[in-house]
Amino acid sequence: MVNLNHQPVHNDVHINGSITISGKAILNDMNLTIKAGQWTALLGPSGSGKSTLLRLIAGLDTAADFTGSITSSTQVSLSSCVSYMAQDDLLLDWADVVQNVCLGARLRGQGGNKTKAKRVIQQVGLIQHAQKRPQSLSGGQRQRVALARTLMEQKSIILLDEPFSALDARTRTDMQDLAAEQFKDQTVILVTHDPGEAVRLCQSIYLLQDCSVNSIAALSPPFPKSIDDKAMFALQSALMTQIRQSKRADR
Amino acid sequence: MKQNKLWNSGFIYSLGALIGLIIVWQVVVLITDVPRFILPPPALVYAAFVEDWRLIAEHGLVTFTEVMLGLMVGILLGIATALQLEMSPTARLFLRPILVFSQAIPVFALAPVLTLWLGYGLISKITMAVLIIYFPVTSAFFDGLRKTPPGLLDLATVMQATNLRTLFYLKIPAAMPSLLSGVRLAAVYAPIGAIIGEWVGSSEGLGYLMLLANGRVKTDLMFAALFTLGALSMSLYGLINIIIRQFLNRYENPSDLE
Repeated sequence: MVNLNHQPVHNDVHINGSITISGKAILNDMNLTIKAGQWTALLGPSGSGKSTLLRLIAGLDTAADFTGSITSSTQVSLSSCVSYMAQDDLLLDWADVVQNVCLGARLRGQGGNKTKAKRVIQQVGLIQHAQKRPQSLSGGQRQRVALARTLMEQKSIILLDEPFSALDARTRTDMQDLAAEQFKDQTVILVTHDPGEAVRLCQSIYLLQDCSVNSIAALSPPFPKSIDDKAMFALQSALMTQIRQSKRADR
Repeated sequence: MKQNKLWNSGFIYSLGALIGLIIVWQVVVLITDVPRFILPPPALVYAAFVEDWRLIAEHGLVTFTEVMLGLMVGILLGIATALQLEMSPTARLFLRPILVFSQAIPVFALAPVLTLWLGYGLISKITMAVLIIYFPVTSAFFDGLRKTPPGLLDLATVMQATNLRTLFYLKIPAAMPSLLSGVRLAAVYAPIGAIIGEWVGSSEGLGYLMLLANGRVKTDLMFAALFTLGALSMSLYGLINIIIRQFLNRYENPSDLE
């Protein structure tokens, strides 16, 4: 594996406050710390506010009103040290894989480092497709390009907004492994509705339901867990049970 | 194989339709015995075309020049306006109502004024063509610029992109298909503008030639000029379409399909 000289990882994120959307409470009195150098899951059903929370951390516009603070322990502005990967791969149809991977540098006017881009593309296993346009790639390959683009940014906090949920089961597992390997020992915040995914990948798990955020005892490293890990299944079942006890917002 | 291609392209059908139309035309003339100065038979129009082809070509060239210059200026102005609207909220506030209002006045109604102001020469015709295509191009491109996928803009925000770079690397490329449909419309409208301009006041061009021929009851010549104009417009539309398709091919379909 190539060393990409990642920035120092001591960058805990503290979140305090409440989120409302047009007067309706979404999350009350949150108080959570995202620890640096590990994967944290924000687990919750649709409408639990997990994506809104992630967008707030990323500094993106939301329909929500947020009162409180999101700070990083290094006092650097958070928006300058995050990168973001969504369920939609957000690839440019008119650009090839290398150009897509270099997008961040181009948008900042830094000039893309093609050699580094090729290295990152190699890491995600797409080097033979480097000159292709996204249309000629499969869904899994496209998401790997998005992963390469995120790696290329070399930011200290990685925000993943359900990046694997649109993939088929096998591709999803492969992508989880690849992402876990590439973002090993980095600060990753993974938004997901899938307890299995959270348990398999994350060292700390926050469950967002019924307008509150609860910390769940997660498994201990190493991650990702093997797909036949017994402890993983036990925790996944326990989590699922807990999730199903909550009142459904849509009933 | 080649024949197949010709067959598939629909060219055969178009040719068939054209021949059918000429036959119907001839039959109508034969049955109704309509006077020549009302509807000349196809053969007479053809004869007029052969006899006066120099005259027609001369005037056709004038109209062609007007249309092409009008197209270029109109498209460039439209692109510039759309970009201005996209970049400046102030421009949106002030320019948009003016744009919409300008469209409430039929461009046809402006033709006499333009001739009065700009004279009988090329400029007034080019201006007519520009006015008639300016709005479709502006609004198509501007709509395209406003419809950049929100996810891409989120990505740009997180990547700390500058506004100008977001415009050039994300918004403009994403708006290209919209701009090109505006350009297609422009190719259809531009000849209309030029001809209206020529009708209102000119001393050359196909529109002028048609009025002249009509006034002297040379209906065959008028028809010959009319068909030349039709052929000119269709060739222009075809040409623009080919260019656009080439562009979109490069733009949308990778050349690396193995």
